[in-house]
Amino acid sequence: MLEVKDLKASIGGTEILRGLSLRVDAGEVHAIMGPNGSGKSTLALVIAGHSDYEVTDGTVEFRGKNLLELEPEERAREGIFLGFQYPVEIPGVNNAYLLKAAVNAKRKHQGLDEIDAFEFLKLAREKMALLGMDPKFLNRGVNEGFSGGEKKRNEVLQMAMLEPSLAILDETDSGLDIDALRAVAEGVNSLRAPDRAIVLVTHYQRLLDYIEPDHVHVLSEGRIVRSGDKSLALELEEKGYDWVREAANG
Amino acid sequence: MSTEQENLENLVNRRYEHGFVTDIESESLPPGLDEGVVRAISARKNEPEFMLEWRLRAYRMWLEMQEPKWAHVHYPPIDFQGISYFSAPKSDADKPQSLDEVDPKLLETYDKLGIPLHERARLAGVAVDAVFDSVSVATTFKEKLSEVGVIFCSFSEAVINHPELVRKYLGSVVPQRDNFYAALNSAVFSDGSFVYIPKGVRCPMELSTYFRINAANTGQFERTLIIADEGSHVSYLEGCTAPMRDENQLHAAVVELVALGDAEIKYSTVQNWYPGDEEGKGGIYNFVTKRGDCRGANSKISWTQVETGSAITWKYPSCILRGDNSVGEFYSVAVTNNYQQADTGTKMIHIGRNTSSTIVSKGISAGHAQQAYRGLVRVMPQADGARNHTQCDSLLIGKECGAHTFPYMEIKNPGAKIEHEATTSKISANQLFYCRQRGISEEDAVNMIVNGFCKEVFKELPMEFAVEAQALLSVSLEGAVG
Repeated sequence: MLEVKDLKASIGGTEILRGLSLRVDAGEVHAIMGPNGSGKSTLALVIAGHSDYEVTDGTVEFRGKNLLELEPEERAREGIFLGFQYPVEIPGVNNAYLLKAAVNAKRKHQGLDEIDAFEFLKLAREKMALLGMDPKFLNRGVNEGFSGGEKKRNEVLQMAMLEPSLAILDETDSGLDIDALRAVAEGVNSLRAPDRAIVLVTHYQRLLDYIEPDHVHVLSEGRIVRSGDKSLALELEEKGYDWVREAANG
Repeated sequence: MSTEQENLENLVNRRYEHGFVTDIESESLPPGLDEGVVRAISARKNEPEFMLEWRLRAYRMWLEMQEPKWAHVHYPPIDFQGISYFSAPKSDADKPQSLDEVDPKLLETYDKLGIPLHERARLAGVAVDAVFDSVSVATTFKEKLSEVGVIFCSFSEAVINHPELVRKYLGSVVPQRDNFYAALNSAVFSDGSFVYIPKGVRCPMELSTYFRINAANTGQFERTLIIADEGSHVSYLEGCTAPMRDENQLHAAVVELVALGDAEIKYSTVQNWYPGDEEGKGGIYNFVTKRGDCRGANSKISWTQVETGSAITWKYPSCILRGDNSVGEFYSVAVTNNYQQADTGTKMIHIGRNTSSTIVSKGISAGHAQQAYRGLVRVMPQADGARNHTQCDSLLIGKECGAHTFPYMEIKNPGAKIEHEATTSKISANQLFYCRQRGISEEDAVNMIVNGFCKEVFKELPMEFAVEAQALLSVSLEGAVG
């Protein structure tokens, strides 16, 4: 589904990704771990098409399409979803409004009719119940005054509504208490599907207790230095990132 | 430059879609202003003596006044002798009595603007007093209004048919010598609208006037007077578009509102005059005096405006809260793009007891535009229990624009409760990326964010107008992000 080859990307002239390769197939859950500054978030943002990052080399293919040629909104409509590490607040814009606009943008792209308001509300309420969210959230400004946990749940709600083919969740576990973490993890698990891939970007192993990955990759200095199954995450937890750095340099 | 920015710049360079000139021969006076011109205007309109005298007094005052320079706007000096002070469609002498008699070309113009007069009037139940180049050419629904005693007509007609009302109220809110442009308007005003709502009447429909500036190089000097007698209620809509042209056009209107005891006037404006091209060339100079007088106890005047047009805007719809318990409101969205300049705001003058005022101002600047909010809250010593709440928010799009806030407060009663909140924010790249990552185009994202920002004001507009206002905003700001 996603094929990243020798990807190099920089921001403001500083190279962050230095020849990264990654292959993610449908139905799989991948975890990308690594110390701060290793390029985890950069990878997520580059796949989503953030204009601050310049791709200097390499390719990114998504279902056979050259992703790097597409605008961010086109990538989204093709089925790529990024759960943000720091979801922005958009004051005055109704949460339901954004959500509906997003759902309809995708439907339009797929040649479907717009979702009607009744159907939309029904669907949104269902998904919110699943995530333990108060339906009142729909009428609040996008992320406006939300707590950290609420913002992350809201990201997962958007993901549930948009039903992406590839979901990249950037540090979705950061700043969550244990209840919120469990709710978010349940939400993500409920979205695991044979035709969907999920990439979890995380600093800690903790999230992986709740969402079990098929593959774990360790990122260091802009490259994947080690890949394995879920036991790699545990090993990492035990030995720390220095172990990886040493392995990479040695 | 990233492709993103290029796309945006293309969008910014959109042409003004209402830029066309209707080919109707105007019967204009030659440029220049002297007493003879004032007399000629009055004579052409068959005005009674009192009106001519009133104009002449204003003209003499104007001669002694100086053009105001305090506003935060910059423009080359205006040659007041280079302006023609009267232009009217040719059919002036023989005014059409119904739409059938209206010049078909004129109706075509309205169609191009998306204002099918008869349809709109019939479908929406809106009486339209259409001002085309200063002279009213069609008034509809007059009969239905006259059944309840509402007078809604052109100012010229009011001068002829209701001289006692005009005499009593004209200049009672905005005196001739109020300011340079009000004096000029008082001397040479060509036409405008007149509304009188009798005691206890709730006007059965929203009254609407569409203004359109058409003849080249002709200053527009409309005069509007609305009187809501005791216990009456009226909602008035004003909307404008204008064709594209090169010379700057001066527009100096005066609007006077009078609300007697327990009366309520709601005045809504959507203003979309030609703002000038990408370099700021051309465009309308809009120097307007709008003021409402809450003359009676428990009266209320509410101004709602959406301003997207004009090269330069200088406008402060104000309320004089004279009656006890009277209420003044000002809800404003002002959008400036490219090289537009706006100095706009309001004045709330608290005189009566327990008077309250609300100011919600939303300013959006993009491109190289400069925008200033200038608001005055004055509480007089006798105004016990006066309250004001001001909220003044600015949204900046891009790096070259500016927002300035000049709040003035003159509080002479120690018991007054005054609150002022102000914010300045930017549409951030992160907000846009967030929306785009959800599949929403950049343009739609900007609209969504701007509409969210303006929500408090839009909800004050009548439904139909609110839809128009949102559409207008998206036209004005398309791709304004850089």
